[in-house]
Amino acid sequence: MSLGSEEEVAQQVAVSTAPQESVAEAGHGTAPVLGAGAAPVAGAPSGLGAPLFTGNRRWEFLYFALRNKKLVSGLAVELVFIVLAIFGPLIAPYDPNKLVGPPMHAPSGHYLLGTNYFGQDVFSQLFYGLRDSYLVGFLGALFAAVVGMAIGFAAGYRGGVLDEVLQVFTNIIVMIPSLVLLIVISAYLKSRGVFFEGVFIGVTTWPWVARAVRAQTFTLRERDFVDLAKLSGRRATSIIVKDIAPNMASYLFLVVILLFGSSILLAANFDFLGLGPTNSISLGTMMNQSMLWSALQLHVWWWFIPPGVVITLIVAALLVANVGLDEVFNPRLRET
Amino acid sequence: MTLDVEALSVAYRTLRGDVRAVDGVSFSIADGEIMGLAGESGSGKSTLGNSLVYLEGRMKHTGGTVRLDGKELPIWDQRAMNAYRLREVSVIPQYAMSALNPTRKIGRMTADLLKSRGVGYDSVVEEFKRRIDLVGLPQNVLGMYPFELSGGMRQRVTMVISTLLNPSLLIADEVTSALDVSTQRAVGEMLMEFRDRRFVKTMIVITHDLSILAQIADTITVMYAGKLAEKAPASTVVDQPLHPYTQLLLASLPEVGLRYDQAALVGIPGRPPSLLRPPAGCRFRARCPFAFDKCAEEPPFVELKPGHQVACWKAAEDAAQEKAARQAVPAGRGGEPAGAGAERAPAADGHGDEQAAAVGARAVPGQ
Amino acid sequence: MLEVDKISKVYKTGTFGGELKPALREVSFGIDKGEVVSLIGQSGSGKSTLGKIILRLVGASSGTVRFEGADISKLDKAGLREYYRHVQGVFQDPFSSYNPLYKADRVFEMVRSVYFPHVRGPEWHAKVEAALESVSLNPADVLNKFPHQLSGGQQQRLLIARALLLDVRLLVADEIISMLDASTRVDVLNLLVELKRRGLGVLFITHDLSLGNYISDRSVILRYGAVVEMGETPKVFGNPQHPYTKSLLAAVPQLHKKWEPGELGAAVVPASYPGGNGNAADHGEPKRYSKSSLNPLRHPAPHGETPAATASASRPSLMELEGAPWQRARPRGRRTEAVLAANPAPPLVEVEDGHFVAANGQ
Repeated sequence: MSLGSEEEVAQQVAVSTAPQESVAEAGHGTAPVLGAGAAPVAGAPSGLGAPLFTGNRRWEFLYFALRNKKLVSGLAVELVFIVLAIFGPLIAPYDPNKLVGPPMHAPSGHYLLGTNYFGQDVFSQLFYGLRDSYLVGFLGALFAAVVGMAIGFAAGYRGGVLDEVLQVFTNIIVMIPSLVLLIVISAYLKSRGVFFEGVFIGVTTWPWVARAVRAQTFTLRERDFVDLAKLSGRRATSIIVKDIAPNMASYLFLVVILLFGSSILLAANFDFLGLGPTNSISLGTMMNQSMLWSALQLHVWWWFIPPGVVITLIVAALLVANVGLDEVFNPRLRET
Repeated sequence: MTLDVEALSVAYRTLRGDVRAVDGVSFSIADGEIMGLAGESGSGKSTLGNSLVYLEGRMKHTGGTVRLDGKELPIWDQRAMNAYRLREVSVIPQYAMSALNPTRKIGRMTADLLKSRGVGYDSVVEEFKRRIDLVGLPQNVLGMYPFELSGGMRQRVTMVISTLLNPSLLIADEVTSALDVSTQRAVGEMLMEFRDRRFVKTMIVITHDLSILAQIADTITVMYAGKLAEKAPASTVVDQPLHPYTQLLLASLPEVGLRYDQAALVGIPGRPPSLLRPPAGCRFRARCPFAFDKCAEEPPFVELKPGHQVACWKAAEDAAQEKAARQAVPAGRGGEPAGAGAERAPAADGHGDEQAAAVGARAVPGQ
Repeated sequence: MLEVDKISKVYKTGTFGGELKPALREVSFGIDKGEVVSLIGQSGSGKSTLGKIILRLVGASSGTVRFEGADISKLDKAGLREYYRHVQGVFQDPFSSYNPLYKADRVFEMVRSVYFPHVRGPEWHAKVEAALESVSLNPADVLNKFPHQLSGGQQQRLLIARALLLDVRLLVADEIISMLDASTRVDVLNLLVELKRRGLGVLFITHDLSLGNYISDRSVILRYGAVVEMGETPKVFGNPQHPYTKSLLAAVPQLHKKWEPGELGAAVVPASYPGGNGNAADHGEPKRYSKSSLNPLRHPAPHGETPAATASASRPSLMELEGAPWQRARPRGRRTEAVLAANPAPPLVEVEDGHFVAANGQ
């Protein structure tokens, strides 16, 4: 259809996002294209006196983003914790590893969250643990994202034999039980650090990223503008990086956020089972220790409940923000 | 069943204001009439047609009334309209071919749809099967999934389902656009068939393709930028169009048999105006080769000749002149009035159809 | 200039990719310099596939495409780049040819980085403006804008301008105006005519016969992947020989002439319907449907069909027009060659000078 007159959003959405139906089905159910078919834009005759915005697509995105309760609340909570993770250790009253007080002392004025079995300050440990958990989550997400996207793009764009081979490889990785692998590896390592845990998580979670990216790439490579790029003599990597990936930008963003959340959770799981870093405190290790030292039986609730609550809040806030972001990116999910 | 639309206005809500897609449109359709609603994209024809059935999402009713057989249709009230949909008014939506649920077999999907309208599937299944047969589909289509059917077959299935409860008014929105030429003809003839058999009493066929309308429609209404430009019997619109937009549109249609070295086609320069802040006066003014001062004022959609409504000052003036000239000649002579200009279609005596056709269809005045 | 020699293409279809569908069957024709050839076919005829094969976006299963004598499938990367300097394509959906995240002029940039790496700013700008002017676009209107700020007609013309920046000799125009409004279509169409006058060859792929007739020197009519009629346009349209061509022409809606009754329309209503009009055309016709959706009685299988049985199929029914023959004749083997051998293209017979028709009305 000729985009002659300034038609309204609904019709443009219907017309120009129609080809993206299948993209929304693949993978995540989110429309990957940022604002495709978004509002009519500037370029119309001046003197329209539009109320708030120049009609720039980014502005519209921001407009909806700020209005989305889930996104805003989720981000707010997350931001609070991130700030605490960064600056917390600076304001923590005590060294988390030092024995600073009477063991198993209930929360009081000196020790805001009490002390643990050994006499360490739980409150300070919480800050350090936050930082640790975030670090592992970040590393894990980064690694998984990089590897997953590389493999996903390659398989999705090329197809054919390369795709088959990469699929087999992906499936093998998926089948390996990560917990068992971690236990086995841990038996051989003298000590484990944050870096190891992060990389391990990355190495075991990239398959789902690869699959999702591959599915989206499959659909995007059928688009006419990819054909046009080929007709302009462009090379495959250039097409992937400049044409395909940017059109999946919102989807990739969501994927990364989810990865981050799941990495944190996975790390907490491993730590809780005692497979976490041996030389640092994380939220999960706090909970692990509390179990090992019978905090439950001894009613030392302040040792394991705070880290558990914090983990839950971090991950939940991320997921909620993710849902909100999904709504912002995909005009059809919006409530208005 | 008659349809009377009075000053209907429908707008789309956007961040930047209301886009007035349909702006004060009035027309009537008689019982058994197939009205073709023609226009280009952005003219508002789809909005107009769909607003009679379902005001979706961002559409809002900003004025006017719609009366079906004298009874007012509450198009702004989704819930109230539920009672009418599929029974009294029905629509074959645009992209009907993709409108079928891909995970349901056709028969099951129809049963679900009917149930939502409070109609038992069993009570209509016999008729359903007969109609499936009528449109040339095999009976086992009821047990098939939509992806097993070709585009044309899906289109026909949608047509049958939409008309199953014999609605009084059917809106067919671009039903022939995505089809091959032979299926197009079959579907067009099917629409006429449905009307002849009284499955549907009145039909509005929305399309950008005037030639299809010339085949199947009784009357053609041409829409431009949210307003009606011209409404007349189909043959009149095609042979003796009065509105410059219609004339130019017809002049841009290639006919089989004409090559570029025989008759150069001409398009219409420019683009339709923004419907967010529509210009004052005639909306076609900026692109019209005949525009003059009076066009700064919006022309009313009036009947200039029997059964022929036009919204154009120039056409109105020409019609007035012709009327005056005819009154100057004593009635009964039946000849061409003295001083008749080449542009005046001699409708009075029925001669010169070819002349009128040449002028109306092929001439490109002022280009 | 361009020679299409017995091109065939087989696709895998079916729920699990088990079935093979011949999309093109031994299509052969040529395009000379400055000639417009229409490739006319309905959906499923394979016309778009052929366009993509010529543009080397898709590979053929058998046959060759030769451009100025050279087999294009044998081109290496550098050769392909040279090929694209001379052969370019414009597609049906103007909007989707642009990456919506970038400005529309990016299509020019893409060409510059590969084909004009040494051309600097002002010279490049002049080139672009010249190309825009030759497609009747005002540079100020279209440069520096996002694709959705341009109309469909402007988008298509911009894409043609992009092709003109190179030294294009053949433009593959795949339904380029079917998504445009009637008033803008003509402008793009007339632009093609003008470019043709200046020596550009065009492969005009369309389903619309009137457009094909308007613009082309020669026409090729495709049906289920095989050529059924081809030749100089006035001859093909003025004196159609093949029943399929005739039925297509009969079905085209015209402004001043109603559809002839009894040609296609009659096939719609069976006499079996209560109150059905029991058209004369329907008598003696077999019951339309059977257990399967495509009645074998209605289809002439492309092979092994006796002339007598084809008589009733000379007026193609709706089912036939929509269901391809091979959906009944399931190939024995799964191999491409087997499928193609089972569905051979009908041989062409020259009925008059420069006018070819598929034999036996196949």
